[in-house]
Amino acid sequence: MIKLTVIDRDDTSQEIEIPEEISLNLMEVLKASEYDILATCGGMALCATCHVQVLEGLEQLPEPQDQELDMLDTLPNAASDSRLACQLRVNETLEGIKIKIRGDLV
Amino acid sequence: MSTQNIIHTDLCIVGAGPVGLFAVFEAGLLKMRCHLVDALPQIGGQLSEIYPHKPIYDIPGYPEIKAQELVDRLMEQIKPFDPGFTLGERVENLEKDENGNFKITTSDHTEIHCKAVVIAGGLGCFEPRKPEIENLERFEGKGVSYMVKDPEVYRDKKIVLAGGGDSALDWTIFLANIAKEVTLVHRGDTFRGAPDSAEKVFQLAEMGKINLILSSHLTKINGNGHLKEVSLLNKAKEESTLETDFLIPLFGLSPKLGPIGEWGLNIDKSAIAVNTEDYSTNVAGIYAIGDINTYPGKLKLILSGFHEAALMCQSAFKYVYPDQKLSFKYTTVYGVNSF
Repeated sequence: MIKLTVIDRDDTSQEIEIPEEISLNLMEVLKASEYDILATCGGMALCATCHVQVLEGLEQLPEPQDQELDMLDTLPNAASDSRLACQLRVNETLEGIKIKIRGDLV
Repeated sequence: MSTQNIIHTDLCIVGAGPVGLFAVFEAGLLKMRCHLVDALPQIGGQLSEIYPHKPIYDIPGYPEIKAQELVDRLMEQIKPFDPGFTLGERVENLEKDENGNFKITTSDHTEIHCKAVVIAGGLGCFEPRKPEIENLERFEGKGVSYMVKDPEVYRDKKIVLAGGGDSALDWTIFLANIAKEVTLVHRGDTFRGAPDSAEKVFQLAEMGKINLILSSHLTKINGNGHLKEVSLLNKAKEESTLETDFLIPLFGLSPKLGPIGEWGLNIDKSAIAVNTEDYSTNVAGIYAIGDINTYPGKLKLILSGFHEAALMCQSAFKYVYPDQKLSFKYTTVYGVNSF
């Protein structure tokens, strides 16, 4: 199992566990875990509604690709630890990370 | 330019992406005429606008097909049914006309009178992303705008631009020669945009032609009727205030439902809730298919949208022609009979 900590918009923190063999991205996992995420574009790095800040473990994640970086560049509330959850595949690189949900709800 | 364009049709399809296009085929088999409207200047929706050269692997019968090729083939497939197109116009208003039909009005005042409405709007339309600042909307059009329509408005004025993408860089460079004072505020301390533009912005800052404020973000705006000042916060949590005539936040575009969200339809998380029996909405005669709808088990796949289009048309036929009998026919047996 992969364990990671998710802090919701209201600052409530929860550890979630994901089976290793699951073929999903982090956005899909968050949605499946009942977090409020619009995911308007369905994971194409186009809407940024799955924006998260990686408070711990940023360095262990794979580098963002151009499309994700381009999108992050435009966000008014992006910081240096921002990522799009839809671009993070569920695998061992997510082990132990702590994320805060930042995506827009409207 | 025509003063007013009035169109009459059976189905008005909002969105000319793959699912909207295929709906024309399914409607055509049932002898319903279609008119498509799209805010983009070309057909194809996301496929043509965002990833025309990307391969798609989950279209039945095509192990691999490029997005634009799928659009081209759909156009070929629906050609016998001769649909109408209104492109580059956004649907704005929906009401009933004097005959009890729907009347859709676009941003360019085109009127489409139709018996049923099919919303195949995909992600919706792309609108400027707004920063979270109190009172921002109060100053829209009174100093705050999200795009530069007429640069002359800014001649000899003080302007603040915010953002770190290509458009923020490009407009900073452009307006540096027009405005009295240009300030660019960026949350980060580097720009990933086109390297040439980033270099030029740093040069302009060194030459004193613009003010470049990095590692800072907007926190407040103030004014008396018209915008007068913006407040910034830097990484050290120090606040500063800048006097300005205009603020142009350039934070890219994000997909929104837009005016469709005001049509009285049940909306669930920015998607239109539908009945999976026929993809009808809560308003009789209005259907929603493809990525814009939602229902339990929804998958945002082109494939699913095609299925939704087929079922929707069966139901729309009964709505459009309540007195006619609908007999289901296979194309293999009856062929495709054009209008």
